[in-house]
Amino acid sequence: MLAGMTATPVSAQSDLTEVGRSEATLRRFLHGLPGVDQVGAEQRAAMLATRSIKTTAKAWAIDLAIRMVDLTTLEGADTPGKVRALTAKARRPDPTDPSCPAVAAVCVYPSMVPVAAEALRGSGIHLASVATAFPSGQAPLEVRLADTRAAVAAGADEIDMVLNRGAFLAGRYLEVFEEIVAVRAACGDAHLKVILETGELVTYDNVRRASWLAMLAGADFIKTSTGKVPVAATLPVTLVMLEAVRDFRAATGRQVGVKPAGGIRTAKDAIRYLVVVNETAGEDWLHPDRFRFGASSLLNDLLMQRNRLRTGVYSGPDYVTLD
Amino acid sequence: MFEYAPAPESRDVVDLKPSYGLFIDGEFVDGEDREADGAKIRTSVNPATEEVLAEVTWAGPADVDRAVRAARRAYDEVWGPMSGRNRAKYLFRIARIIQERSRELAVLESLDNGKPIRESRDVDLPLVAAHFFYYAGWADKLSHAGFGPDPRPLGVAGQVIPWNFPLLMLAWKVAPALAAGNTVVLKPAETTPLTALLFAQICQQADLPPGVVNIVTGDGETGRAVVEHPGVDKVAFTGSTEVGRQIARAVAGTRKRLTLELGGKAANIVFEDAPLDQAVEGIVNGIFFNQGHVCCAGSRLLVQESVYDEVLDALKRRVARLRVGDPLDKNTDIGAINSATQLARIRELADAGVAEGAEPWSPPCDLPDRGFWFAPTIFTGVSQSHRIAREEIFGPVLSVLTFRTPAEAVEKANNTPYGLSAGIWTEKGSRILWLADRLRAGVVWANTFNRFDPTSPFGGYKESGYGREGGRHGLEAYLDV
Amino acid sequence: MSERVAVRKTYKLFIGGRFPRSESGRSYPVQNTNVALASRKDVRDAVVAARAAFAGWSGATAYNRGQVLYRVAEMLEGRRDQFVGLGVPAAEVDEAIDRWVWYAGWSDKIAQVYGNANPVAGPYFNLSAPEPTGVVGVLAPAEPALLGLVSVVAPVIVSGNTVVVLVAETAPLPAVTLAEVLATSDLPGGVVNLLTGRPSETAPWLAGHMDVNALDLTGVTDPAFAAELERVAAGNLKRVLRPAAEPVDWYADPGLGRMTAFLETKTVWHPKGV
Repeated sequence: MLAGMTATPVSAQSDLTEVGRSEATLRRFLHGLPGVDQVGAEQRAAMLATRSIKTTAKAWAIDLAIRMVDLTTLEGADTPGKVRALTAKARRPDPTDPSCPAVAAVCVYPSMVPVAAEALRGSGIHLASVATAFPSGQAPLEVRLADTRAAVAAGADEIDMVLNRGAFLAGRYLEVFEEIVAVRAACGDAHLKVILETGELVTYDNVRRASWLAMLAGADFIKTSTGKVPVAATLPVTLVMLEAVRDFRAATGRQVGVKPAGGIRTAKDAIRYLVVVNETAGEDWLHPDRFRFGASSLLNDLLMQRNRLRTGVYSGPDYVTLD
Repeated sequence: MFEYAPAPESRDVVDLKPSYGLFIDGEFVDGEDREADGAKIRTSVNPATEEVLAEVTWAGPADVDRAVRAARRAYDEVWGPMSGRNRAKYLFRIARIIQERSRELAVLESLDNGKPIRESRDVDLPLVAAHFFYYAGWADKLSHAGFGPDPRPLGVAGQVIPWNFPLLMLAWKVAPALAAGNTVVLKPAETTPLTALLFAQICQQADLPPGVVNIVTGDGETGRAVVEHPGVDKVAFTGSTEVGRQIARAVAGTRKRLTLELGGKAANIVFEDAPLDQAVEGIVNGIFFNQGHVCCAGSRLLVQESVYDEVLDALKRRVARLRVGDPLDKNTDIGAINSATQLARIRELADAGVAEGAEPWSPPCDLPDRGFWFAPTIFTGVSQSHRIAREEIFGPVLSVLTFRTPAEAVEKANNTPYGLSAGIWTEKGSRILWLADRLRAGVVWANTFNRFDPTSPFGGYKESGYGREGGRHGLEAYLDV
Repeated sequence: MSERVAVRKTYKLFIGGRFPRSESGRSYPVQNTNVALASRKDVRDAVVAARAAFAGWSGATAYNRGQVLYRVAEMLEGRRDQFVGLGVPAAEVDEAIDRWVWYAGWSDKIAQVYGNANPVAGPYFNLSAPEPTGVVGVLAPAEPALLGLVSVVAPVIVSGNTVVVLVAETAPLPAVTLAEVLATSDLPGGVVNLLTGRPSETAPWLAGHMDVNALDLTGVTDPAFAAELERVAAGNLKRVLRPAAEPVDWYADPGLGRMTAFLETKTVWHPKGV
């Protein structure tokens, strides 16, 4: 599944380690990346969205999409009861069909990690925690690192951090870089997703630069959004991020994952994302270890579409659980 | 592996008749016998499968004469005297019906031409409807078009169109002609008559007065008869430069007006600061859209030497993703070559490329056994003197050359008898405009390619023809100004 | 068997794509029918709706706007008899329909006729292009009730402006029926807002409104009132179209004036160099 890592020229690899040495080298590198033409990128995404995925391909894609869901609850009103209900759904999304696969992970706030860890014990489902003063990230670095360590100690094996957008937009790239390096260290064995908050970065050029910056600093995954600002994941933004991870692997040999989050509500949307992955980064990314959906209501639509393929008739909200 | 299961568009939406006559004076009629071999019925074939789609009639000289006389009568008695506002309303009706029957027309176009249904559905048909809408709106505003207070039409227009965008080329010809007040005799291409015949039915459905539009299917002989008929006031031709030259000779010394839209060998120029991923899309679209059967195709890639490796690697990676196959499958990117003749020509030139020392590359492709197919091909190591850098291949074959400076790019881009289009890829605006000023091409695309719009004039410099189609400028060909 | 009792239509305002009554609760009688009497607060609400609709309507492609205006003509054609029943002459209804078709065809052409490249004396690309000015206040003529209204509304919206129309006091019924046509034509809510009532009361509020960009005084017959409105409009330097000096032949070629009066011209420079 994680096949075909390309051979990496040694000189290319060491060039990139140099990049993070100073503000100047980092800026030169990031600003030297090729630009993204907005209209062209959006047209490419729109054309990929016209792919017609039917019958066996659709069934395969739906099951894969379910296995890629990071089932999420990130509300101030979250309680142990809510989190337990979510984890039950994560283990067994369709109570009427045991052949339905489990999701990839559950994603919660750090305070809910202990409850989730207990509830997921033995399931093989990952436990992702947001951290670093999610969603805004506006807290002192020590606080953000402590947030991270606490979540890992409580049992999270994945950490979703937020990029320091203020510093990035102000051009303080080295500061952003060093923060990610520090959080990566605080994660220990947990894997790190860096949330770029693409809605706040606005331009595709910024998204490309932020993607590279996060990967150079050690991110295991780059993620589009917190889901807490008006503009979340879109097909073209995810396309640009997939181009970045593809190019990063070609340059360094390391394969980084992508997670679009927020605003992905229907199975049709999810399948479109899988098409974009397939035709941009390639099949090596068509695996839950390399691609995830940050979503909550998406799972039920995937289940309804799965039922329709199984039974031949359209399903309805009464036939999926609301947790 | 993410295998896309077959996703066929249904053929049932098209009500294909077993045989078609000529559309003259508002009705489908049989042709009169032709002299040479007496046989006037031919078949139109699906190039993806070689299956016969329908029988069509090839018009002989007597048929063409009938059509021109019907167009003349309609011009003198009905369409010429009609107010612009009423002509507009007929054109709006036709535009609406095209929109309503879009799927049917798109499927038929893919069957007859070989192009993928995604393109006929998402590109051809929307543009066809839009052309009729756009020109409908000029019919009652000609005094505001900048051609004087009361510009008059020319009379009867004889129009000959090619097989690469059959219905779209019909729209580009018929819409402005009718809007300006002319009547038309149109000859579709030999291998792609069917959507024109369906269009004739649409004219009937719109209650278009008989004789305003006449469709005479046939071959080159039929086309010659249309062009040379003394009753035709205006000739419009889209096709090869060679035939365009013959037509220009044929109308010399007559009072017939002529516009020509001919071949091209466009340069797609990629600079080192191009937005790389979008440039690669633009290169691919430029030469592989419509199987490369595009007069304005970006068939020469001029890539700045400093980014040659990067661009070629990305390009090959992208081309390897192209899906070649059944035109009616909604996921197909590249369809069939239109005919055996065209396939032979593409092969001849590709072989010449190899013989002259250029290096071909194609992604692995499973080409069907039946039908006319050619794998997308990229030739590197091409220089200006190679046949594949000078002659129009009209197929999915890209020739790659390099340059060092903007001035050199301009020089190479212009170093051709053609001058239809050009592409420029760079993030630097002033460079785009500097190059656009110097490129001898009628259409310049910057950071995009193969974009068409009814409001945007299209046409060539030099041996790519003269006259413009689309926009306000597109009216000029059909007005006596 | 007793005669069937008819269901009579209620004639309300048209704001934001919906048909509210006046917030003042008032109405006035016209031909044995009660018609909503708009207040200054309705004007205020209509301007808010028009402003909210502007970004989407001006951001739509010219092709799309043309399609919508053509659809208005289709819907209007379907209701010919209804307008004739209100007392509008058949010839006037026909002309009003054709007037919509005429303007529908302008949306994707006005830029070609009113914009152009400029051959400046230097290595610069220079382009002048028309843009819609924004929210336009229109005082519609009392007659011809339908054709006059159509002739002042269509040219304003075809280029992307949104309008707040004060319908003439004596001619509300065709206007409200036109609103029903607009509501079924895929025209986004807020692009056209029609307020029936007494323009003598509401016009000063519209003319003085600081979020209205232009004012069409075609329907004002009293020169002193027109002058007063123009004075008030100067508060934010609205573009003002004065009432015609001569009586208008509504059946003649309208020309470009009613479109260009509500267009800004944007000129962009860009150097040309390697």
